[in-house]
Amino acid sequence: MEGVSFPPLSRFAVCCGTHGNEMTGVYMYRHLQKQKVENITVTTILSNPRAVDACKRYIDIDLNRCFTNALLCTAITDSSPYELRRAQEIDAEVGPKGSDEAVDLLCDLHNTTSNMGLCVMYNSSDCVAMHIFKHLKSKITSVPVRAICSDEPISEGYALDSVGKHGLSLEVGPQPNGVVRADNFNVITEAFNHIIEWLQQFNSGATFEGGVEDVYKMTEKVDYPRDLNTNEITAAVHPQLQDNDFKLLRTGDPIFLSFDGETLRHKGRELYPFFVNECAYYEKKVAFILGEKVTVAFPSISVTKN
Amino acid sequence: MTSNNNTACLDEAKRVAIFGGTHGNEMSGVTLVNLWMKNGSEIQRKQVKTKAFITNPKAVEKCTRYVDTDLNRAFTPENLSAPGGHDLPYEVQRAQEINKMFGPKGSPEAYDVIFDLHNTTSNMGCTLILENSKDHFNLQMMNYIKKAITPASCLVLLNEHPLLKYSTSRSVAKHPVGLEVGPQPQGVLRSNIFEAMRDILKHALDFIELFNEGIEFPPCKVEVFRLLERVDYPRDANGNIIAMVHPNLQDGDWEPLNPGDPMFQTFDGNTIPYQGFGTVYPTFINEAAYYEKQQAFVTTRRETLVASAIRKA
Repeated sequence: MEGVSFPPLSRFAVCCGTHGNEMTGVYMYRHLQKQKVENITVTTILSNPRAVDACKRYIDIDLNRCFTNALLCTAITDSSPYELRRAQEIDAEVGPKGSDEAVDLLCDLHNTTSNMGLCVMYNSSDCVAMHIFKHLKSKITSVPVRAICSDEPISEGYALDSVGKHGLSLEVGPQPNGVVRADNFNVITEAFNHIIEWLQQFNSGATFEGGVEDVYKMTEKVDYPRDLNTNEITAAVHPQLQDNDFKLLRTGDPIFLSFDGETLRHKGRELYPFFVNECAYYEKKVAFILGEKVTVAFPSISVTKN
Repeated sequence: MTSNNNTACLDEAKRVAIFGGTHGNEMSGVTLVNLWMKNGSEIQRKQVKTKAFITNPKAVEKCTRYVDTDLNRAFTPENLSAPGGHDLPYEVQRAQEINKMFGPKGSPEAYDVIFDLHNTTSNMGCTLILENSKDHFNLQMMNYIKKAITPASCLVLLNEHPLLKYSTSRSVAKHPVGLEVGPQPQGVLRSNIFEAMRDILKHALDFIELFNEGIEFPPCKVEVFRLLERVDYPRDANGNIIAMVHPNLQDGDWEPLNPGDPMFQTFDGNTIPYQGFGTVYPTFINEAAYYEKQQAFVTTRRETLVASAIRKA
């Protein structure tokens, strides 16, 4: 595979509190103000300050769904949701999305109540994000480090991490909403330092070899069993699936335990579950997500020589 | 008034309530009570009338801890007698309604037993909360539950501290019992936590039925953890938290904390040790809802209480 090259990546934005109750990012925001970084301009953004103040995921609508091209140029009125306005402000500050002025790399910090360790989430066409994942995976040993890739065209990206020229989200869990765990905070601090180190090496002319990596790609979302009349959920994630994100789910494996004691089993093909019992997904009607593990090849990467 | 040699003759425990949703985002209790309000056969016993009840429906609907003020702190004498009707904070109105339905608190008409179901983000396992070390009925019930679920464990937290005690929704009853199960994030329903809570309630109701049938329970010893003090996060001059619960203490509920042990870790990675005088047993470590109450964890000490024999009068 031929190597690729990019201009220097010197403008790095870190977004925190995109969901106001995901506390690792919220506390990182304050912590990052005190960090001095050589040769890289680091911009920290508190994405959703009102939600952070209220310690809620969002005020009106989920900010991390507001970054489609269409929503970013929707006219804002007095009755627009708060997050729509905020998305456009963020786009103006670290974007505009798709333009030359956008930051070189944008990293959005998240937590999940699921037992997912550290997940690096990015678009599969983004070589820079892919190399950063590979770097983090080789350096961080305290928790499993995995990649979840999306194949959608970047122009259709709805998440905040689609605003930079290159982008990724760091998802660390498990952590309850409203809680900051030191172990998760330390993982993200470490990840930030490794990303800076990678950017500095890249800009200094290092070539990062390509290779192959296993990544996960979402194939389907599975909702809770619900009562036909009331729509209330009638089962909990089964104890054998709970906390077993990324453990292969085979046909016939238990997935739900109903309130009246019945075990419901996985009927489809073998897939990998993740975001198992994520708090914020109850309202999105998702108990867990299923995906394939795919081996992807990626090229070597280096900075464009003048 | 009884001594260790006498059997305490107590009134039949005929009226029992199970409260869920006192905090609207603590999902085990919300789910169990909703289940039992639809079909209460699981909680019925021959000699007991048990009512399952959602205490804070507006908070449950929004999946939030509370709407205006914490319902589980709202049952103070001032609140219960406050005039003002619909101008009062929602939870104060609710407290008055609940006091009318299940109390009045302190009167002979009050419910005999109320179980108040809670979850915590702390790694507390199953914890029964006792408000009065001389409640022999509750002590005997807790002893019964602990034996019934062996080898699973259920610890007893005693909060009799004059300054740290608070006016709970269950305090309306003659025998208030708090049931706290964790760890579980707010807004999440974990199957193991749900089933553990359900199992404890089953044994609790079995005990009440046996008691009402006339069974005499001999004296017993009950190990409890007595609440000593609340420890806040280290903060700066503006009140911002400057350190997190240390990884060594995180999830270490009920494990001994000795002077010199790591307690907090600053965001820069420095360790702040525990500097108390002796070994304590911390709990409610890193509970989400307590950041705003200035509480990182509480300390307790181990104590053995003796419950006198009891039987129905």
